[in-house]
Amino acid sequence: MPVVKDNETPSSDEHAGVGVPAPEGAANLIDTDYVIGQDNVTGQIRLNLDIHGKVFAISALVTVLFVVITLAAQDQVAPMFEGLRDWLTGNMSWFFLTAGNIFVLLCLGLIFSPLGKVRIGGAEATPDFSYLGWLSMLFAAGMGIGLMFFGVAEPLGHFDAALGGITTENGVRTDWAPLGGAEGDEAAAATLGMAATIYHWGLHPWAIYSVVALALAIFSFNKGLPLTVRSIFYPLLGERIWGWPGHLIDMLAVFATLFGLATSLGIGAQQAAAGLSHLFGVPEGNLTMVLLILGITAVAIVSIVAGVDKGVKRLSEINMVFAALLMFFVIFVGPTLLIFTSFFQNLMAYVVNLPAFSMPFGREDENFSQGWTAFYWAWWISWSPFVGMFIARVSRGRSVREFLLAVLLVPSLVSVLWMSAFGGAALDQVMNQGFEGVLGAATELQLFIMLGELPLAQITSFIGILLVVVFFITSSDSGSLVIDTITAGGKVDAPKPQRVFWAIIEALIAIALLVGGGLAALQAMAVSTGLPFTLVLLVGCYAIIKGLMSEPRGLPEIEPKEEGVK
Amino acid sequence: MYHRILVPVDLAHVGALERALNVAGDMAQHYEAEICYVSVTPGTPGRVARSPKEYEEKLKVFAQEQGQRHGRPVSTKVYVSADPVADLEDLLVKGVKDVGADLVVMGTHLPRRLDAIMPSHGGKVARQTDVSVFLVRPSRA
Repeated sequence: MPVVKDNETPSSDEHAGVGVPAPEGAANLIDTDYVIGQDNVTGQIRLNLDIHGKVFAISALVTVLFVVITLAAQDQVAPMFEGLRDWLTGNMSWFFLTAGNIFVLLCLGLIFSPLGKVRIGGAEATPDFSYLGWLSMLFAAGMGIGLMFFGVAEPLGHFDAALGGITTENGVRTDWAPLGGAEGDEAAAATLGMAATIYHWGLHPWAIYSVVALALAIFSFNKGLPLTVRSIFYPLLGERIWGWPGHLIDMLAVFATLFGLATSLGIGAQQAAAGLSHLFGVPEGNLTMVLLILGITAVAIVSIVAGVDKGVKRLSEINMVFAALLMFFVIFVGPTLLIFTSFFQNLMAYVVNLPAFSMPFGREDENFSQGWTAFYWAWWISWSPFVGMFIARVSRGRSVREFLLAVLLVPSLVSVLWMSAFGGAALDQVMNQGFEGVLGAATELQLFIMLGELPLAQITSFIGILLVVVFFITSSDSGSLVIDTITAGGKVDAPKPQRVFWAIIEALIAIALLVGGGLAALQAMAVSTGLPFTLVLLVGCYAIIKGLMSEPRGLPEIEPKEEGVK
Repeated sequence: MYHRILVPVDLAHVGALERALNVAGDMAQHYEAEICYVSVTPGTPGRVARSPKEYEEKLKVFAQEQGQRHGRPVSTKVYVSADPVADLEDLLVKGVKDVGADLVVMGTHLPRRLDAIMPSHGGKVARQTDVSVFLVRPSRA
């Protein structure tokens, strides 16, 4: 039994000596002398505090630094950040695409392998949440907001590009059509566009989330390491994760989550304001947007204080019900038959085109594979520490197979249905009803213009805006929980004011950048963190296999093996 | 008068609980009552234990030690929560019913201005349960 000793572990700590618990129960703990929270600063400055000093202080400082630089030198910084993102998605697209395929293959493989029997939290663990609450939270955290904005926009965009066919200039393709396009063939262009959209919202993004979530869940609930991103690296770095390599990984996760959330909040406020102005004539402008951000943050804080069960779970469930109502409305009031037949047709087209879409090398449709796919992969991956950690936290008690069916397959199918409904209804308007208004509209308005052609437009559009706002609230809520846990060294029971602090910081960054400019630039920076995190995820794949191999599978009768993971 | 005293315990902050533990012990002796030590712990590893099971065992050891000090029978109860800080009061109120306690003795901090938006756990438990609650505050000295 390899007991890994770390001589640098401070032994003056009052809890030293309890770092190595005897392996108990049907789970296989990692032996380490590290005591969770040993590097934390605790104390009372009017309020109780419990934070990991280095991770908290440095992430906070770097955050402030980046915001100040972006505000002060926007014109210089914006091209730099955006250039970085474009360079990454352009030149590293093979890497993103390859990694994405590895994640999907691993997840599908695990579902069918005997490792799928391992239970998160030990063989006898029972789930903390019901199926409905659990699935709602997975969905709200994972992509609720994106589906609202891109449900109509993306299928239409690909349809339009595919219909235009291939155009070349000096032998280089200048069109944005997926694969070979479908010049002049409306039906083929629609199917190809839907398949491409499903590719971006189906198995691959959910596999990305699954890898992070599963790795974190296993190394925390089964191996006894803190719930923080550095724990994924234990099989590779061993006890070194408690030092600077670990600090850096955690800081990067805080950074990506904070900027990803704050810039999305800012951009989301712009889009929600555009929607409100389009529907109700509310004046667009900084005041409306700042009020939206403040309102979203205020509700998020109430929800944060109420906790996961009474806060974000309830909001996610409510949103799930409204999202389902809206989808069934579009299906039954819109072109019902067409949506149902196209659902299966789109699914088939997705499966048939999947090898071509996911081919990392020798692509001719570079605009599509780099500008869309690689960008999406970088984006999903930069979100994965946040979404993955939140999913991990609420998934204790599920078996690995159950986890993957729920995090990978169910959301993928729901995404296909959602895209088929909203995209299908919009395509029907363009192709069969001669209404082309949706095509020319701004991205954030396309959903509302599509709904505008259906009955009860005022009500459904209002529900649409409400959904967008509540999805932002759940994001701000779960994101603050995640950042707080990482900056508290993996403790989920740090004092509440710390969570509130992060929610306020997100709002302040969003407002500062909204008023001062630089939202898009900083978001480009956040997406760029997708590259280092792709490496983290690849390590995560290794860690998952290594971690699961040393776990007892399924039944409690099996004695836990007396072997640590090293 | 009282038969079973519920005492909320956080093994990570035993030092801060000393007064409440002593009060509970004294009252248990006076009323010849049993003491049930209750904890709410996360499913994730924490400072004290790396699994809920390990926490439960440590709490049992702790309860035995307390029992030897005051000489009354003891029992324990552990609730696992994904968000212990937020669910604490609800689970303690549930704990009162589950273990059949007729008195709660719990440590709490002094009232402060922030209580208006984030009330103390003790105050909230007192408001939500129908048994007697004894809030033990830090000494003035």
